[in-house]
Amino acid sequence: MRFIKKTHYNQDIQLFKHRGQLFWYGALGVALLLFPLVLSEFYLGELSLVFIYAIAGIGLMLLTGYTGLVSLGHAAFLAIGAYTHAYLLAQGWPFPVSLICATLLSSLVGAIIGIPALRMTGIYLAVATLAFAIIVEQVLSHWVSVTGGFRGMAVELPSIGSLSLDDSIAFYFLCLFVLTCCLFLAMNLLRTSTGRAMTAIRDSEISAQSMGIHLAYTKTLAFGISAGFTGLAGSLLAHKIGYLAPDSFTLLTSIQLLLMVVVGGLGSLHGVIYGALFIGLLPQALALLRDTLPPVLAQIPGLEPGIFGLILVLVLIYEPQGIYGRWLKIRNYFEEFPLYRKATHKRQRSYLRTERLK
Amino acid sequence: MEVLQLLVSGISQGCVYGLIALGFVLIYKATEMVNFAQGDLMMLGAFFAYSYINVFEMPFYLAFPATIFTMAIIGALTERLLLRPMIGEPHFSVLMLTIGLGFILRAVAGAIWGNEPRSISTPYAGGVIDLNGLIIGYENLVIIVGTAALCLLLYLFFRFTRLGLAMQAASQNQLAAFYVGIPVKRVYSMVWAISASISAVAGILVAPVSLIDPLMGFVGIKAFAAAIVGGFGSLPGAILGGLIIGIVEQFAGLYLPPGFSDVSAYIILLAMLLIRPQGIFASMQRKKV
Repeated sequence: MRFIKKTHYNQDIQLFKHRGQLFWYGALGVALLLFPLVLSEFYLGELSLVFIYAIAGIGLMLLTGYTGLVSLGHAAFLAIGAYTHAYLLAQGWPFPVSLICATLLSSLVGAIIGIPALRMTGIYLAVATLAFAIIVEQVLSHWVSVTGGFRGMAVELPSIGSLSLDDSIAFYFLCLFVLTCCLFLAMNLLRTSTGRAMTAIRDSEISAQSMGIHLAYTKTLAFGISAGFTGLAGSLLAHKIGYLAPDSFTLLTSIQLLLMVVVGGLGSLHGVIYGALFIGLLPQALALLRDTLPPVLAQIPGLEPGIFGLILVLVLIYEPQGIYGRWLKIRNYFEEFPLYRKATHKRQRSYLRTERLK
Repeated sequence: MEVLQLLVSGISQGCVYGLIALGFVLIYKATEMVNFAQGDLMMLGAFFAYSYINVFEMPFYLAFPATIFTMAIIGALTERLLLRPMIGEPHFSVLMLTIGLGFILRAVAGAIWGNEPRSISTPYAGGVIDLNGLIIGYENLVIIVGTAALCLLLYLFFRFTRLGLAMQAASQNQLAAFYVGIPVKRVYSMVWAISASISAVAGILVAPVSLIDPLMGFVGIKAFAAAIVGGFGSLPGAILGGLIIGIVEQFAGLYLPPGFSDVSAYIILLAMLLIRPQGIFASMQRKKV
């Protein structure tokens, strides 16, 4: 076991708790920088997709994992980011400016959606965001002059100045760079008072309110920030898929995003990365699985969403802390080797009491 | 006359939403869980009815209770296997679980019955009543009457039977209900069985008007909107919400540009959440410390 002797208050909010962490994250960073030397273009492309999912996941994690607000409609922000970016690029805006504008616009829309959310909790909020996502999907298919309707719209190739970012190595580094920036932003946000306020709201709205946290302001902010991250991911995704159509941003996409944060582990940024790896690589694994299955099973329509659903159910029942939670348990086991007690990680159950009268 | 005609088809469509919403509300009222797979249970019910009637060639009056019985068992099993381990977990987890369940049910239905749309044959198919030019199909009439009867039955059940009261008690305070001797777990299984049977009824009623395929459960989202518009946790609210959404949808389809009919349910929902988030028949209060 490692005991950290704290001699200064600042140690509580350090990004890296001890040197071991610094070493391993550094090693991971170097490995990521060296990947293009060893991996083929296909896997680089898949990794870029994982990074993009991770950026969107950070957004959703801040909202769901840290503020405790569930959104079933994050595909809408993904779509808003993607379409805004593609539209602005088509109008001849430079790439970085367009990226930032797409982020800001999604963030703004998110904050506006967040305002009615102040009065709602739990399922009401989930359904409101779901309704919003469905409306956005309809707008995408009917607002032909901007979005191209069902025909969709092509996305221009990314380039900064004369430097083209189109080939897979350059795009990989672009996604990696944006993801690293986003992770740092999120980590920093979470150790500021705003981030702490968000966590407080998640744990108990009433006690947060009585500690003087402005609920409305913090929730709207959380929604805006979350939508901004997701919009940013959307604009990168636009380049990844190359051609935008309304059916890229459906209810299933929203649920995949949510699946990502749940499977990864709610309430941790590590979880986002694990979840993104899971979501990004699962379709490949399923494709491999399909080849080995007997054709009767492999031809089942909706097999992929079905397996998504099955995994979601199993994770929720057996490991609600997700992959990151499982990793913590394994690490704990080895750290305390002969003395590991299972009850350390026992979940606290709360019994139901409602405020309903009828 | 055109307006009346639209009104009737709106009411009939609204009843379907209302019926699915009833299933939602029932589970919510008794277990405070939200079942996003309600629409998919309806889909499953419709498919079972199809199998009984068209494949095993049972008469309709036998297939109807058989379907309800099958769905009741499936509902209770779902509760026992999937939802019971989740007692005491946060609402959000349960919500996610039922979303996952919906995906599984869709894949299973696709695997068993395939993806092409089916329809079931009913003894009352095709007939119409002509009231001075106002034409009502028997199917629509059956939907409306069936919904009304089911509502009355449920009202009586919750108001007067021991089990109904036990359900209400279990929902208001799990622990207290357990202390006074209510078998909370068994009550929960029962609630799921009833709710699944209601969606089976919805599935059978709606099957003659719309086709059956694994994706028909998406109606559930609109029914969910209906439940919220009516005030989650209120049985008459669910029906009223369903009627409002059904009627508005019909009129939006005729008088508004294309695309509005599909989203009108969600626009009503968002408007409702903005103006009166607790729904028409509110049953919630601000939480006290």
